[in-house]
Amino acid sequence: MVNTIILEAKHINKSFHNHLTVRVLNDIAFTVNKGEFVSVIGKSGCGKSTLLYILSTMDTDYEGDVLIEQETMRGKKEKQLARVRNEKIGFVFQFHYLLNEFTVLENVMLPGLKLGVLKEDEVKIKAMDLLKEFDIHPLSDKYANQLSGGEKQRVAIARALINSPSIIMCDEPTGNLDKKNGLIVFDIFKRLAEENQQTLLVVTHDEEFAKNSHRIIEIEDGRIIKQ
Amino acid sequence: MNTKLILRIAKSLLLARWKQTLVAAIGVTFSITMFIALLSFMAGLNDLLDGLMLNRTAHIRLYNDIKPSIHQPVNISSEFKGSYNFIQSIKSSSSRNEIYNSGAIMQALKTDNRVKGVAPKITAQVFFNDGAIDITGIVSGIDAKAESRLFYFSDYVVAGNSLDIMNVSNSVILGKALADKLMANIGDAVHVTTIKQERFSLKVVGFFQSGIQELDKVQSYASISTTQKILGKPSNYITDIQIKLSDINLAPSIAKEYAQLFQTDAEDIQTANAQFETGSFVRTLISYAVGITLLIVAGFGIYNILNMMIYEKMDSIAILKATGFSGIDVIRIFIVIALSIGMFGGLLGLLFGFLMSFTIDQIPFVTASLPTIKTYPINYNPVFYIIGFTFSLATTYVAGWAPARKASKIDPVIIIRGK
Ligand SMILES: Nc1ncnc2c1ncn2[C@@H]1O[C@H](COP(=O)(O)OP(=O)(O)OP(=O)(O)O)[C@@H](O)[C@H]1O
Ligand SMILES: [Mg+2]
Repeated sequence: MVNTIILEAKHINKSFHNHLTVRVLNDIAFTVNKGEFVSVIGKSGCGKSTLLYILSTMDTDYEGDVLIEQETMRGKKEKQLARVRNEKIGFVFQFHYLLNEFTVLENVMLPGLKLGVLKEDEVKIKAMDLLKEFDIHPLSDKYANQLSGGEKQRVAIARALINSPSIIMCDEPTGNLDKKNGLIVFDIFKRLAEENQQTLLVVTHDEEFAKNSHRIIEIEDGRIIKQ
Repeated sequence: MNTKLILRIAKSLLLARWKQTLVAAIGVTFSITMFIALLSFMAGLNDLLDGLMLNRTAHIRLYNDIKPSIHQPVNISSEFKGSYNFIQSIKSSSSRNEIYNSGAIMQALKTDNRVKGVAPKITAQVFFNDGAIDITGIVSGIDAKAESRLFYFSDYVVAGNSLDIMNVSNSVILGKALADKLMANIGDAVHVTTIKQERFSLKVVGFFQSGIQELDKVQSYASISTTQKILGKPSNYITDIQIKLSDINLAPSIAKEYAQLFQTDAEDIQTANAQFETGSFVRTLISYAVGITLLIVAGFGIYNILNMMIYEKMDSIAILKATGFSGIDVIRIFIVIALSIGMFGGLLGLLFGFLMSFTIDQIPFVTASLPTIKTYPINYNPVFYIIGFTFSLATTYVAGWAPARKASKIDPVIIIRGK
């Protein structure tokens, strides 16, 4: 039970080919255990977001392999990857992408409705509970483009949690939050890891946030220099 | 479950930018409106031109042509059976062009259910006497009732009542141009001389105008019995039997059959009016060419609008994909969006197209040559509506499908990074 590997990066290389080829990730290899809360730090432009996109199966153009729950993501069909993202991964973008055509509540509910395990009203109750945890439930009927940056960020986190994914990946989830809300998010993450055995992989620039997590992976120029 | 969710997402995406949606739908509506209105109008004009001729022409005409017998005695003679006979300068022997047994033939025709109606006719060559001048003319003896029912005769009678030629003895309906020449008014008597130099006095009971000036200068109509009297023929004398069929396309084959059966000549409308067929065909071809051009232009318009709309929704596609919606889901969502626009815009287009053609139908169109036409002609053919609607669905479908498919295939991150 303890120390089951849930996420594994196997020698990941990633290059962008524009006018000239730029290698952004270089032989990235690490594992994350179930229930671990891992922070990823590094200078701006060192490749953190790029890595997270690959690990979350949203980018399939790379070398190496990603294993989620010991299953390889290589060679999976687009539809299967979509299913993995829906069921097993919660993702919070650096620039909190929400659907402006939908209300806050609907934004949080949509991945749950897509998964189709719970009934609509159950998804709704769960979504409301999540919004309450982040203290944004009064905004549930507002449209996404009517929120402040910090509010959007919390909605995006709530959306990532709706299907109780086994892995939650966040790209600077507290970047736009004040101290108090940042702490709320941190506490929730810690609880998810320790009580629910959910795994967290969080990119952050907040040193204190990183220090308080279980483990830190530091990246520099596309390589892991410390973990 | 999934379907419901997809419909719901499509609806939200549509309504969130309803102005843009409306613009797209109006694009479809406009195209379909123009298509319906233009094609209905063109088809209406075509029908008018066709009708000008078709309405008044028998599908099959039975008559006895004056022509040399095909069975020349030398060919029948057993003596010359083995030889090849050249015969020159054959002359027609029969001078009788009446149809034998016309009464029985008409009875037989009336029981044939492929036949819509039968009208007898006699034609008499006469001279109309106008003082010292004689004007050549034709008196056609007709059954006014049958003629009106089958060939819209009464529609072309512009003054007087078409049935009067049956009710008033020795009466005639003159072509308008002929009457003008003779300076004859209704109630006047005109004098005619037959080829056999007999003189008759006929009472003018009406004028008729066919739309063809040359015809109106010579043509007049009288009852069958009056014409028989003019010709000095008995009451069973009939030279033409005009037949209208339920299906005009059967005319050539039925004509052959009747020629055999009744031992007369039979001419079908297709043979008699080959040049008319060509004209009609070319006009139809032009309508279709215009219709297809309209649809193609409209198609590109619709395609562009929808394409733009989908590219504006790229972000939403990326987010949906990032949160676990698959490429197929994305395609479905956008097809629902596209088809909704196609359906809504298309139906409105049909409605406006109908209203527009209805309006054209009310615009007065009066011309001396077409006495029966009062307004611009419109053909309300449901086929145009079916094509229009199918087309609006088909183009919006393709317009939605192509960019959505492209978007569904790429990794969501590529869209997100591209911002
Ligand atoms: N489409 C692209 N083409 C070429 N280079 C790219 C492309 N996208 C990103 N890069 C480069 O890849 C590197 C890594 O980018 P990435 O977004 O992963 O950085 P990051 O570590 O997340 O930075 P930050 O902390 O500022 O978010 C950067 O140097 C960036 O310029
Ligand atoms: Mg980044």
